[in-house]
Amino acid sequence: MSVLVVVECDNGEVKKSSLEVASYGSQVAQMLGTSATAIAVGEATEANLAKLGEQGISKVLYDAEPRLKDFVNGAYTKLIAAAAQQEDAKVIILANSNIGAAVGSRLSVRLQASLATNVVELPQINGGQFLVKRGAFSGKAFADVVLQGERKIIAVKKNSIEPLHEAGKTAPVVSFSAQLSDADFADAPKQVIMQDQAGGILLPEADRVVSGGRGMKGPENWHLIEDLAKALGAATACSKPVSDVDWRPHHEHVGQTGITVSPNLYIACGISGAIQHLAGVNSSKVIVVINKDPEAPFFKAADYGIVGDVFDVLPKLTQAVKELG
Amino acid sequence: MKFLVCISNVPDTTTKITFTPDNKEFNKAGVQFVINPWDEYALTRAIELKEAQGSGTVTVLNVGEADTEPNIRKALAIGADDAIRVNAHPKDAYFVAQQIASVAKEGGYDVILMGKESIDYNGFQVHGMVGEMLGIPTVAPAMKLDMNGNTATLEREIEGGKEIVEVNTPFVASCQQPMCEPRIPNMRGIMTARTKPLKVIEPVGEGARTEVAEYALPPKKQGVKLIPAENAGELIKLLRNEAKVI
Repeated sequence: MSVLVVVECDNGEVKKSSLEVASYGSQVAQMLGTSATAIAVGEATEANLAKLGEQGISKVLYDAEPRLKDFVNGAYTKLIAAAAQQEDAKVIILANSNIGAAVGSRLSVRLQASLATNVVELPQINGGQFLVKRGAFSGKAFADVVLQGERKIIAVKKNSIEPLHEAGKTAPVVSFSAQLSDADFADAPKQVIMQDQAGGILLPEADRVVSGGRGMKGPENWHLIEDLAKALGAATACSKPVSDVDWRPHHEHVGQTGITVSPNLYIACGISGAIQHLAGVNSSKVIVVINKDPEAPFFKAADYGIVGDVFDVLPKLTQAVKELG
Repeated sequence: MKFLVCISNVPDTTTKITFTPDNKEFNKAGVQFVINPWDEYALTRAIELKEAQGSGTVTVLNVGEADTEPNIRKALAIGADDAIRVNAHPKDAYFVAQQIASVAKEGGYDVILMGKESIDYNGFQVHGMVGEMLGIPTVAPAMKLDMNGNTATLEREIEGGKEIVEVNTPFVASCQQPMCEPRIPNMRGIMTARTKPLKVIEPVGEGARTEVAEYALPPKKQGVKLIPAENAGELIKLLRNEAKVI
Protein backbone atom coordinates (compact mmCIF):
# COMPACT_ATOMS: atom_id res chain seq x y z
CA MET A 1 0.00 0.00 0.00
CA SER A 2 1.38 3.39 -0.91
CA VAL A 3 0.43 6.91 -1.87
CA LEU A 4 0.77 7.78 -5.56
CA VAL A 5 1.45 11.37 -6.58
CA VAL A 6 0.88 12.56 -10.15
CA VAL A 7 3.59 15.04 -11.08
CA GLU A 8 3.08 17.29 -14.12
CA CYS A 9 6.18 18.44 -15.98
CA ASP A 10 6.65 21.02 -18.67
CA ASN A 11 9.80 21.75 -20.67
CA GLY A 12 11.76 19.39 -18.45
CA GLU A 13 10.73 21.16 -15.23
CA VAL A 14 8.38 19.93 -12.54
CA LYS A 15 5.50 22.43 -12.27
CA LYS A 16 5.28 24.39 -9.03
CA SER A 17 1.80 23.02 -8.35
CA SER A 18 3.25 19.52 -8.64
CA LEU A 19 5.92 20.31 -6.03
CA GLU A 20 3.00 21.21 -3.76
CA VAL A 21 1.21 17.99 -4.68
CA ALA A 22 4.35 15.94 -4.03
CA SER A 23 4.70 17.60 -0.61
CA TYR A 24 1.03 16.93 0.13
CA GLY A 25 1.40 13.30 -0.93
CA SER A 26 4.48 12.62 1.14
CA GLN A 27 2.79 14.08 4.22
CA VAL A 28 -0.30 11.92 3.64
CA ALA A 29 2.01 8.90 3.26
CA GLN A 30 3.62 9.75 6.58
CA MET A 31 0.18 9.95 8.23
CA LEU A 32 -0.64 6.49 6.83
CA GLY A 33 2.73 5.02 7.77
CA THR A 34 3.73 4.35 4.17
CA SER A 35 5.78 5.93 1.38
CA ALA A 36 4.90 8.20 -1.54
CA THR A 37 5.73 7.25 -5.11
CA ALA A 38 5.41 9.75 -7.97
CA ILE A 39 4.35 9.06 -11.54
CA ALA A 40 5.62 11.82 -13.81
CA VAL A 41 3.72 13.02 -16.91
CA GLY A 42 4.82 15.50 -19.55
CA GLU A 43 8.32 16.38 -20.63
CA ALA A 44 10.73 15.75 -17.76
CA THR A 45 14.45 15.36 -17.15
CA GLU A 46 15.74 12.64 -14.86
CA ALA A 47 17.73 15.16 -12.81
CA ASN A 48 14.64 17.27 -12.09
CA LEU A 49 12.53 14.23 -11.28
CA ALA A 50 15.20 12.96 -8.86
CA LYS A 51 14.95 16.25 -7.00
CA LEU A 52 11.40 15.28 -5.97
CA GLY A 53 13.19 13.60 -3.08
CA GLU A 54 13.31 17.10 -1.60
CA GLN A 55 9.52 16.99 -1.33
CA GLY A 56 9.62 13.62 0.43
CA ILE A 57 9.03 11.38 -2.60
CA SER A 58 10.64 7.92 -2.26
CA LYS A 59 10.57 6.85 -5.91
CA VAL A 60 9.63 8.39 -9.27
CA LEU A 61 8.13 6.36 -12.12
CA TYR A 62 8.60 7.74 -15.62
CA ASP A 63 7.42 6.50 -19.00
CA ALA A 64 9.62 8.02 -21.69
CA GLU A 65 7.07 7.38 -24.50
CA PRO A 66 7.43 10.61 -26.55
CA ARG A 67 3.71 10.92 -27.27
CA LEU A 68 3.16 11.51 -23.53
CA LYS A 69 4.88 14.90 -23.79
CA ASP A 70 1.51 16.58 -24.37
CA PHE A 71 -1.63 15.80 -22.43
CA VAL A 72 -3.69 12.92 -23.81
CA ASN A 73 -6.58 12.05 -21.54
CA GLY A 74 -6.92 8.40 -22.59
CA ALA A 75 -3.20 7.66 -22.37
CA TYR A 76 -2.60 9.57 -19.13
CA THR A 77 -5.55 7.83 -17.46
CA LYS A 78 -4.24 4.39 -18.46
CA LEU A 79 -0.68 5.25 -17.42
CA ILE A 80 -1.66 6.53 -13.97
CA ALA A 81 -4.09 3.66 -13.39
CA ALA A 82 -1.33 1.17 -14.23
CA ALA A 83 1.06 2.90 -11.83
CA ALA A 84 -1.61 2.92 -9.10
CA GLN A 85 -2.15 -0.79 -9.57
CA GLN A 86 1.56 -1.62 -9.57
CA GLU A 87 2.14 0.40 -6.40
CA ASP A 88 -1.12 -0.77 -4.77
CA ALA A 89 -1.90 2.90 -4.18
CA LYS A 90 -4.89 3.51 -1.96
CA VAL A 91 -4.54 7.28 -2.16
CA ILE A 92 -3.75 9.15 -5.39
CA ILE A 93 -2.92 12.84 -5.29
CA LEU A 94 -3.06 15.21 -8.29
CA ALA A 95 -3.01 18.95 -8.87
CA ASN A 96 -6.39 20.62 -9.27
CA SER A 97 -5.30 21.63 -12.75
CA ASN A 98 -6.96 21.12 -16.11
CA ILE A 99 -4.93 17.91 -16.44
CA GLY A 100 -5.48 16.75 -12.86
CA ALA A 101 -9.20 17.29 -12.91
CA ALA A 102 -9.68 15.74 -16.36
CA VAL A 103 -7.70 12.61 -15.50
CA GLY A 104 -8.80 12.38 -11.86
CA SER A 105 -12.46 12.13 -12.79
CA ARG A 106 -11.83 9.29 -15.28
CA LEU A 107 -9.52 7.52 -12.85
CA SER A 108 -12.11 7.64 -10.08
CA VAL A 109 -14.45 5.52 -12.19
CA ARG A 110 -11.72 3.21 -13.48
CA LEU A 111 -10.27 2.57 -10.02
CA GLN A 112 -13.62 2.76 -8.19
CA ALA A 113 -12.26 5.52 -6.01
CA SER A 114 -13.85 8.42 -4.14
CA LEU A 115 -12.75 11.75 -5.59
CA ALA A 116 -12.40 15.18 -4.02
CA THR A 117 -11.20 18.13 -6.10
CA ASN A 118 -10.30 21.69 -5.07
CA VAL A 119 -8.82 20.41 -1.78
CA VAL A 120 -7.15 23.09 0.33
CA GLU A 121 -5.69 21.29 3.37
CA LEU A 122 -4.08 18.04 4.45
CA PRO A 123 -6.71 15.41 5.27
CA GLN A 124 -7.92 14.47 8.70
CA ILE A 125 -7.56 10.71 9.10
CA ASN A 126 -9.33 9.32 12.15
CA GLY A 127 -9.55 5.55 12.32
CA GLY A 128 -11.38 4.55 9.17
CA GLN A 129 -12.63 8.07 8.37
CA PHE A 130 -10.85 10.15 5.74
CA LEU A 131 -11.95 13.77 5.68
CA VAL A 132 -10.76 16.54 3.35
CA LYS A 133 -11.54 20.26 3.21
CA ARG A 134 -12.40 21.61 -0.22
CA GLY A 135 -13.47 24.96 -1.61
CA ALA A 136 -17.13 25.28 -2.61
CA PHE A 137 -19.59 27.92 -3.80
CA SER A 138 -16.92 29.56 -5.94
CA GLY A 139 -14.66 30.31 -2.99
CA LYS A 140 -17.47 31.63 -0.82
CA ALA A 141 -17.44 28.55 1.45
CA PHE A 142 -15.63 25.34 2.36
CA ALA A 143 -16.95 21.80 2.60
CA ASP A 144 -15.52 19.04 4.78
CA VAL A 145 -15.99 15.92 2.67
CA VAL A 146 -15.84 12.31 3.79
CA LEU A 147 -14.22 10.09 1.15
CA GLN A 148 -15.78 6.66 1.35
CA GLY A 149 -14.42 3.36 0.11
CA GLU A 150 -10.98 1.86 -0.01
CA ARG A 151 -9.40 4.09 -2.69
CA LYS A 152 -9.28 7.87 -2.64
CA ILE A 153 -8.24 10.47 -5.19
CA ILE A 154 -7.49 14.02 -4.09
CA ALA A 155 -6.91 17.01 -6.39
CA VAL A 156 -5.08 19.73 -4.45
CA LYS A 157 -5.82 23.40 -5.16
CA LYS A 158 -2.77 25.40 -6.20
CA ASN A 159 -1.01 27.51 -3.59
CA SER A 160 -2.81 25.67 -0.76
CA ILE A 161 0.24 23.78 0.50
CA GLU A 162 3.70 25.13 1.25
CA PRO A 163 6.15 22.84 -0.61
CA LEU A 164 8.55 20.84 1.57
CA HIS A 165 12.21 21.32 0.81
CA GLU A 166 14.80 18.91 2.17
CA ALA A 167 17.80 20.21 0.24
CA GLY A 168 19.94 17.63 -1.49
CA LYS A 169 17.60 14.67 -0.95
CA THR A 170 17.01 12.68 -4.13
CA ALA A 171 14.59 9.99 -5.25
CA PRO A 172 15.44 7.15 -7.63
CA VAL A 173 13.85 7.55 -11.08
CA VAL A 174 12.56 4.21 -12.34
CA SER A 175 11.55 3.46 -15.90
CA PHE A 176 7.86 2.54 -16.17
CA SER A 177 5.73 1.38 -19.05
CA ALA A 178 1.96 1.12 -19.19
CA GLN A 179 2.12 -0.75 -22.55
CA LEU A 180 0.20 2.04 -24.29
CA SER A 181 -1.26 1.34 -27.71
CA ASP A 182 -2.19 3.67 -30.58
CA ALA A 183 -5.81 3.49 -29.43
CA ASP A 184 -4.83 5.14 -26.14
CA PHE A 185 -3.74 8.19 -28.13
CA ALA A 186 -6.98 8.54 -30.11
CA ASP A 187 -7.74 11.86 -28.39
CA ALA A 188 -4.20 13.21 -28.73
CA PRO A 189 -4.07 16.93 -29.56
CA LYS A 190 -3.55 17.77 -33.23
CA GLN A 191 -1.84 20.99 -32.25
CA VAL A 192 -0.66 22.70 -29.06
CA ILE A 193 -0.67 26.50 -29.08
CA MET A 194 1.05 28.27 -26.21
CA GLN A 195 -0.01 31.82 -25.47
CA ASP A 196 2.29 34.70 -24.71
CA GLN A 197 2.53 35.12 -20.97
CA ALA A 198 3.74 38.40 -19.55
CA GLY A 199 7.16 37.64 -18.10
CA GLY A 200 6.66 33.96 -18.86
CA ILE A 201 4.60 33.39 -15.71
CA LEU A 202 1.52 31.22 -16.07
CA LEU A 203 -1.51 32.81 -14.42
CA PRO A 204 -2.87 29.59 -12.84
CA GLU A 205 0.55 28.83 -11.35
CA ALA A 206 1.44 32.37 -10.27
CA ASP A 207 2.37 33.34 -6.72
CA ARG A 208 1.56 36.98 -7.44
CA VAL A 209 -0.98 38.46 -9.83
CA VAL A 210 -1.50 42.05 -10.99
CA SER A 211 -4.94 42.47 -12.53
CA GLY A 212 -6.66 45.31 -14.36
CA GLY A 213 -10.28 46.29 -14.91
CA ARG A 214 -12.23 48.87 -16.86
CA GLY A 215 -10.62 51.58 -14.74
CA MET A 216 -7.52 51.10 -16.90
CA LYS A 217 -9.49 52.93 -19.65
CA GLY A 218 -8.04 50.95 -22.56
CA PRO A 219 -5.54 48.32 -23.69
CA GLU A 220 -2.99 51.02 -24.51
CA ASN A 221 -2.55 51.59 -20.77
CA TRP A 222 -1.78 47.95 -19.93
CA HIS A 223 1.94 48.65 -19.84
CA LEU A 224 1.32 50.05 -16.34
CA ILE A 225 -0.01 46.65 -15.21
CA GLU A 226 2.79 44.83 -17.02
CA ASP A 227 5.51 47.04 -15.55
CA LEU A 228 4.37 46.37 -11.99
CA ALA A 229 3.90 42.66 -12.74
CA LYS A 230 7.39 42.44 -14.21
CA ALA A 231 8.94 44.20 -11.20
CA LEU A 232 7.11 41.85 -8.81
CA GLY A 233 7.64 38.67 -10.83
CA ALA A 234 3.87 38.43 -11.15
CA ALA A 235 1.43 37.23 -13.81
CA THR A 236 -1.07 39.64 -15.34
CA ALA A 237 -4.83 39.18 -15.31
CA CYS A 238 -8.03 41.08 -16.02
CA SER A 239 -11.72 41.28 -15.18
CA LYS A 240 -14.48 39.89 -17.42
CA PRO A 241 -15.59 43.20 -18.97
CA VAL A 242 -12.00 43.75 -20.09
CA SER A 243 -11.75 40.40 -21.87
CA ASP A 244 -15.30 40.80 -23.23
CA VAL A 245 -14.24 43.94 -25.12
CA ASP A 246 -10.98 42.28 -26.20
CA TRP A 247 -8.65 44.62 -24.36
CA ARG A 248 -7.02 41.46 -23.02
CA PRO A 249 -7.23 37.80 -24.09
CA HIS A 250 -9.68 35.41 -22.47
CA HIS A 251 -6.91 33.39 -20.83
CA GLU A 252 -6.22 36.35 -18.53
CA HIS A 253 -9.83 36.66 -17.34
CA VAL A 254 -10.21 35.75 -13.68
CA GLY A 255 -13.60 35.36 -12.05
CA GLN A 256 -16.52 33.03 -11.65
CA THR A 257 -16.64 32.07 -15.33
CA GLY A 258 -12.95 32.67 -15.97
CA ILE A 259 -9.87 31.35 -14.26
CA THR A 260 -9.94 30.90 -10.51
CA VAL A 261 -6.68 31.94 -8.90
CA SER A 262 -5.37 31.68 -5.36
CA PRO A 263 -2.02 33.48 -5.33
CA ASN A 264 -0.25 34.81 -2.26
CA LEU A 265 -0.76 38.36 -3.58
CA TYR A 266 -3.55 39.66 -5.84
CA ILE A 267 -3.40 43.34 -6.82
CA ALA A 268 -6.64 44.61 -8.40
CA CYS A 269 -6.26 47.84 -10.35
CA GLY A 270 -9.36 49.73 -11.45
CA ILE A 271 -11.64 46.77 -10.72
CA SER A 272 -14.79 47.57 -8.74
CA GLY A 273 -15.15 44.03 -7.37
CA ALA A 274 -18.36 42.51 -8.70
CA ILE A 275 -19.27 39.37 -6.77
CA GLN A 276 -18.52 37.24 -9.86
CA HIS A 277 -14.98 38.63 -9.97
CA LEU A 278 -14.48 38.09 -6.24
CA ALA A 279 -15.50 34.46 -6.68
CA GLY A 280 -12.42 33.94 -8.82
CA VAL A 281 -9.92 35.61 -6.50
CA ASN A 282 -11.24 35.53 -2.95
CA SER A 283 -9.01 32.67 -1.85
CA SER A 284 -5.92 34.80 -2.53
CA LYS A 285 -3.84 35.16 0.63
CA VAL A 286 -3.48 38.95 0.43
CA ILE A 287 -5.68 41.20 -1.72
CA VAL A 288 -4.68 44.75 -2.62
CA VAL A 289 -7.22 47.07 -4.24
CA ILE A 290 -6.43 50.30 -6.06
CA ASN A 291 -9.48 52.28 -7.13
CA LYS A 292 -10.39 55.95 -7.24
CA ASP A 293 -13.92 55.16 -6.02
CA PRO A 294 -13.79 54.78 -2.21
CA GLU A 295 -17.18 53.00 -2.38
CA ALA A 296 -15.91 50.24 -4.70
CA PRO A 297 -17.16 46.97 -3.16
CA PHE A 298 -13.75 45.35 -3.65
CA PHE A 299 -12.37 47.35 -0.69
CA LYS A 300 -14.56 45.20 1.61
CA ALA A 301 -12.67 42.09 0.50
CA ALA A 302 -9.25 43.73 0.50
CA ASP A 303 -6.42 43.54 3.01
CA TYR A 304 -4.72 46.68 1.74
CA GLY A 305 -6.17 49.49 -0.34
CA ILE A 306 -5.30 52.74 -2.01
CA VAL A 307 -8.06 55.17 -2.93
CA GLY A 308 -6.50 56.86 -5.91
CA ASP A 309 -6.04 57.07 -9.64
CA VAL A 310 -4.38 53.94 -11.05
CA PHE A 311 -2.46 56.08 -13.56
CA ASP A 312 -0.84 57.93 -10.71
CA VAL A 313 -0.48 55.04 -8.24
CA LEU A 314 0.82 52.21 -10.43
CA PRO A 315 4.08 53.95 -11.52
CA LYS A 316 4.76 54.78 -7.85
CA LEU A 317 4.31 51.13 -6.87
CA THR A 318 6.55 49.92 -9.68
CA GLN A 319 9.22 52.41 -8.65
CA ALA A 320 8.94 51.33 -5.00
CA VAL A 321 9.38 47.66 -5.95
CA LYS A 322 12.46 48.49 -8.01
CA GLU A 323 13.92 50.41 -5.09
CA LEU A 324 13.57 47.33 -2.88
CA GLY A 325 16.14 45.66 -5.11
CA MET B 1 -27.16 14.55 -34.56
CA LYS B 2 -28.54 14.01 -31.05
CA PHE B 3 -27.21 16.42 -28.43
CA LEU B 4 -27.61 15.81 -24.70
CA VAL B 5 -26.99 18.90 -22.58
CA CYS B 6 -26.68 18.45 -18.83
CA ILE B 7 -27.67 21.40 -16.68
CA SER B 8 -27.33 22.08 -12.96
CA ASN B 9 -29.68 24.19 -10.90
CA VAL B 10 -27.47 26.53 -8.85
CA PRO B 11 -27.91 29.57 -6.60
CA ASP B 12 -27.84 32.86 -8.49
CA THR B 13 -24.25 34.10 -8.78
CA THR B 14 -24.88 37.04 -6.44
CA THR B 15 -26.32 34.88 -3.64
CA LYS B 16 -25.01 35.36 -0.12
CA ILE B 17 -24.07 31.85 0.94
CA THR B 18 -25.53 30.56 4.22
CA PHE B 19 -26.15 27.07 5.61
CA THR B 20 -28.74 25.25 7.69
CA PRO B 21 -28.13 25.43 11.47
CA ASP B 22 -26.35 22.04 11.46
CA ASN B 23 -24.12 23.26 8.57
CA LYS B 24 -24.96 20.13 6.58
CA GLU B 25 -26.94 21.75 3.77
CA PHE B 26 -27.01 24.96 1.78
CA ASN B 27 -29.79 27.22 3.03
CA LYS B 28 -32.14 27.61 0.06
CA ALA B 29 -34.54 30.01 1.82
CA GLY B 30 -35.14 33.12 -0.26
CA VAL B 31 -32.54 32.12 -2.84
CA GLN B 32 -33.16 32.37 -6.56
CA PHE B 33 -31.83 29.44 -8.57
CA VAL B 34 -30.51 29.73 -12.10
CA ILE B 35 -29.08 27.49 -14.80
CA ASN B 36 -25.40 26.99 -13.96
CA PRO B 37 -23.60 29.70 -15.98
CA TRP B 38 -21.08 27.23 -17.43
CA ASP B 39 -23.94 25.00 -18.61
CA GLU B 40 -25.43 27.92 -20.55
CA TYR B 41 -22.42 27.77 -22.87
CA ALA B 42 -23.08 24.06 -23.47
CA LEU B 43 -26.78 24.63 -24.09
CA THR B 44 -26.37 27.54 -26.48
CA ARG B 45 -23.59 25.85 -28.47
CA ALA B 46 -25.65 22.67 -28.88
CA ILE B 47 -28.58 24.73 -30.17
CA GLU B 48 -26.30 26.66 -32.54
CA LEU B 49 -24.82 23.44 -33.93
CA LYS B 50 -28.24 21.87 -34.38
CA GLU B 51 -29.45 24.97 -36.20
CA ALA B 52 -26.35 25.00 -38.42
CA GLN B 53 -26.92 21.37 -39.34
CA GLY B 54 -30.61 21.99 -40.02
CA SER B 55 -31.59 18.79 -38.24
CA GLY B 56 -31.13 16.92 -35.00
CA THR B 57 -32.36 17.35 -31.45
CA VAL B 58 -31.17 18.97 -28.25
CA THR B 59 -32.29 17.21 -25.08
CA VAL B 60 -31.78 18.85 -21.71
CA LEU B 61 -31.02 16.65 -18.71
CA ASN B 62 -31.13 17.66 -15.08
CA VAL B 63 -30.66 15.54 -11.98
CA GLY B 64 -32.84 17.25 -9.43
CA GLU B 65 -36.09 17.40 -7.58
CA ALA B 66 -39.27 19.06 -8.89
CA ASP B 67 -38.12 22.54 -7.85
CA THR B 68 -35.58 22.55 -10.72
CA GLU B 69 -38.33 22.47 -13.36
CA PRO B 70 -38.56 26.27 -13.86
CA ASN B 71 -34.93 26.25 -15.03
CA ILE B 72 -35.49 23.17 -17.19
CA ARG B 73 -38.37 25.08 -18.84
CA LYS B 74 -36.04 28.04 -19.28
CA ALA B 75 -33.61 25.78 -21.14
CA LEU B 76 -36.48 24.65 -23.35
CA ALA B 77 -37.41 28.29 -23.91
CA ILE B 78 -33.85 29.01 -25.02
CA GLY B 79 -34.26 26.38 -27.73
CA ALA B 80 -33.86 22.82 -26.46
CA ASP B 81 -36.38 20.37 -27.93
CA ASP B 82 -37.21 18.22 -24.95
CA ALA B 83 -36.06 17.52 -21.41
CA ILE B 84 -35.48 14.74 -18.93
CA ARG B 85 -35.40 15.19 -15.18
CA VAL B 86 -33.92 12.42 -13.05
CA ASN B 87 -36.02 12.73 -9.94
CA ALA B 88 -33.36 12.78 -7.23
CA HIS B 89 -31.42 15.06 -4.95
CA PRO B 90 -27.93 15.16 -6.54
CA LYS B 91 -25.79 13.57 -3.83
CA ASP B 92 -22.34 13.88 -5.38
CA ALA B 93 -20.60 13.99 -8.76
CA TYR B 94 -20.42 10.20 -9.04
CA PHE B 95 -24.15 9.83 -8.42
CA VAL B 96 -24.95 12.50 -11.02
CA ALA B 97 -22.54 10.98 -13.55
CA GLN B 98 -24.24 7.62 -13.22
CA GLN B 99 -27.62 9.18 -14.07
CA ILE B 100 -26.20 11.02 -17.09
CA ALA B 101 -24.37 7.93 -18.36
CA SER B 102 -27.53 5.85 -18.02
CA VAL B 103 -29.68 8.36 -19.94
CA ALA B 104 -26.95 8.84 -22.58
CA LYS B 105 -26.61 5.10 -23.13
CA GLU B 106 -30.31 4.51 -23.42
CA GLY B 107 -30.90 7.51 -25.70
CA GLY B 108 -27.94 6.91 -28.00
CA TYR B 109 -26.78 10.52 -27.92
CA ASP B 110 -23.93 11.59 -30.20
CA VAL B 111 -22.67 14.60 -28.28
CA ILE B 112 -22.91 15.06 -24.51
CA LEU B 113 -22.23 18.60 -23.35
CA MET B 114 -22.15 20.23 -19.94
CA GLY B 115 -20.46 23.13 -18.20
CA LYS B 116 -16.93 22.73 -16.92
CA GLU B 117 -18.20 22.69 -13.34
CA SER B 118 -21.13 23.91 -11.28
CA ILE B 119 -20.66 27.19 -9.42
CA ASP B 120 -21.89 25.64 -6.17
CA TYR B 121 -20.00 22.37 -5.83
CA ASN B 122 -17.11 23.39 -8.16
CA GLY B 123 -16.22 19.75 -8.71
CA PHE B 124 -15.03 19.71 -12.34
CA GLN B 125 -15.62 15.95 -12.19
CA VAL B 126 -18.85 14.87 -13.86
CA HIS B 127 -17.71 15.06 -17.51
CA GLY B 128 -14.74 12.74 -16.99
CA MET B 129 -16.79 10.28 -14.99
CA VAL B 130 -19.47 10.13 -17.69
CA GLY B 131 -16.84 9.64 -20.40
CA GLU B 132 -15.22 6.82 -18.49
CA MET B 133 -18.54 5.17 -17.65
CA LEU B 134 -19.48 5.20 -21.34
CA GLY B 135 -15.98 4.39 -22.59
CA ILE B 136 -15.87 7.46 -24.86
CA PRO B 137 -13.48 10.44 -25.06
CA THR B 138 -13.84 13.48 -22.83
CA VAL B 139 -12.56 16.91 -23.77
CA ALA B 140 -12.42 19.21 -20.76
CA PRO B 141 -12.53 22.16 -20.55
CA ALA B 142 -13.46 23.09 -24.11
CA MET B 143 -13.40 26.70 -25.32
CA LYS B 144 -14.54 26.04 -28.88
CA LEU B 145 -16.53 23.27 -30.55
CA ASP B 146 -17.19 22.80 -34.26
CA MET B 147 -18.71 19.77 -35.97
CA ASN B 148 -18.06 18.38 -39.42
CA GLY B 149 -20.16 15.29 -39.90
CA ASN B 150 -19.30 12.94 -37.06
CA THR B 151 -16.00 14.63 -36.32
CA ALA B 152 -15.69 17.39 -33.78
CA THR B 153 -12.86 19.89 -33.54
CA LEU B 154 -12.42 21.38 -30.11
CA GLU B 155 -10.11 23.85 -28.47
CA ARG B 156 -9.18 22.64 -25.04
CA GLU B 157 -7.71 25.00 -22.46
CA ILE B 158 -4.40 23.99 -20.97
CA GLU B 159 -2.32 25.96 -18.49
CA GLY B 160 -0.66 28.64 -20.59
CA GLY B 161 -2.27 27.79 -23.88
CA LYS B 162 -4.70 25.61 -25.76
CA GLU B 163 -4.80 22.34 -27.65
CA ILE B 164 -6.70 21.58 -30.82
CA VAL B 165 -8.35 18.18 -30.39
CA GLU B 166 -10.32 16.15 -32.91
CA VAL B 167 -12.67 13.41 -31.75
CA ASN B 168 -15.39 11.38 -33.36
CA THR B 169 -18.86 11.00 -31.92
CA PRO B 170 -19.88 9.95 -29.39
CA PHE B 171 -17.92 12.12 -26.98
CA VAL B 172 -18.33 14.26 -23.87
CA ALA B 173 -17.17 17.85 -23.63
CA SER B 174 -17.32 20.31 -20.76
CA CYS B 175 -17.74 23.88 -21.91
CA GLN B 176 -16.47 27.26 -20.86
CA GLN B 177 -15.87 30.72 -22.24
CA PRO B 178 -15.50 31.84 -24.98
CA MET B 179 -17.45 29.05 -26.66
CA CYS B 180 -20.45 31.20 -27.54
CA GLU B 181 -22.62 34.03 -26.32
CA PRO B 182 -25.25 32.41 -24.07
CA ARG B 183 -28.79 33.09 -25.26
CA ILE B 184 -31.66 34.37 -23.21
CA PRO B 185 -35.19 33.15 -23.87
CA ASN B 186 -37.53 35.31 -25.97
CA MET B 187 -41.30 35.49 -25.57
CA ARG B 188 -41.97 33.00 -28.37
CA GLY B 189 -39.53 30.56 -26.76
CA ILE B 190 -41.18 30.95 -23.38
CA MET B 191 -44.61 30.23 -24.86
CA THR B 192 -43.48 27.16 -26.82
CA ALA B 193 -41.48 25.80 -23.88
CA ARG B 194 -44.71 25.19 -21.99
CA THR B 195 -45.73 22.46 -24.38
CA LYS B 196 -42.36 20.80 -24.97
CA PRO B 197 -41.99 17.32 -23.44
CA LEU B 198 -40.39 17.01 -20.01
CA LYS B 199 -39.97 13.39 -18.95
CA VAL B 200 -39.40 12.52 -15.29
CA ILE B 201 -37.52 9.31 -14.55
CA GLU B 202 -36.24 7.65 -11.39
CA PRO B 203 -32.51 7.39 -10.53
CA VAL B 204 -30.39 4.31 -11.18
CA GLY B 205 -27.13 2.92 -9.87
CA GLU B 206 -25.29 2.94 -6.60
CA GLY B 207 -25.28 5.71 -4.05
CA ALA B 208 -22.68 8.43 -3.63
CA ARG B 209 -18.98 7.92 -2.92
CA THR B 210 -18.51 11.13 -0.97
CA GLU B 211 -20.52 12.89 1.70
CA VAL B 212 -20.36 16.46 2.92
CA ALA B 213 -19.87 16.31 6.71
CA GLU B 214 -20.07 20.04 7.18
CA TYR B 215 -19.99 23.35 5.35
CA ALA B 216 -18.21 26.41 6.70
CA LEU B 217 -17.74 30.01 5.68
CA PRO B 218 -14.22 31.42 5.36
CA PRO B 219 -12.94 33.50 8.28
CA LYS B 220 -14.02 37.14 8.08
CA LYS B 221 -11.49 39.62 6.71
CA GLN B 222 -9.94 41.95 9.30
CA GLY B 223 -10.84 45.00 7.24
CA VAL B 224 -8.87 46.95 4.69
CA LYS B 225 -5.78 48.93 5.68
CA LEU B 226 -5.84 52.10 3.56
CA ILE B 227 -2.62 53.74 2.41
CA PRO B 228 -2.78 57.37 1.18
CA ALA B 229 -2.30 57.59 -2.59
CA GLU B 230 0.49 60.12 -2.21
CA ASN B 231 2.49 57.56 -0.19
CA ALA B 232 1.68 54.64 -2.48
CA GLY B 233 5.21 53.28 -2.18
CA GLU B 234 4.49 52.58 1.50
CA LEU B 235 2.25 49.73 0.35
CA ILE B 236 5.22 47.85 -1.06
CA LYS B 237 7.02 48.05 2.30
CA LEU B 238 3.93 46.71 4.07
CA LEU B 239 3.63 43.85 1.59
CA ARG B 240 7.23 42.92 2.28
CA ASN B 241 7.55 43.54 6.02
CA GLU B 242 4.02 43.00 7.34
CA ALA B 243 2.20 40.68 4.91
CA LYS B 244 5.46 38.99 3.82
CA VAL B 245 4.24 38.27 0.30
CA ILE B 246 7.02 39.94 -1.69
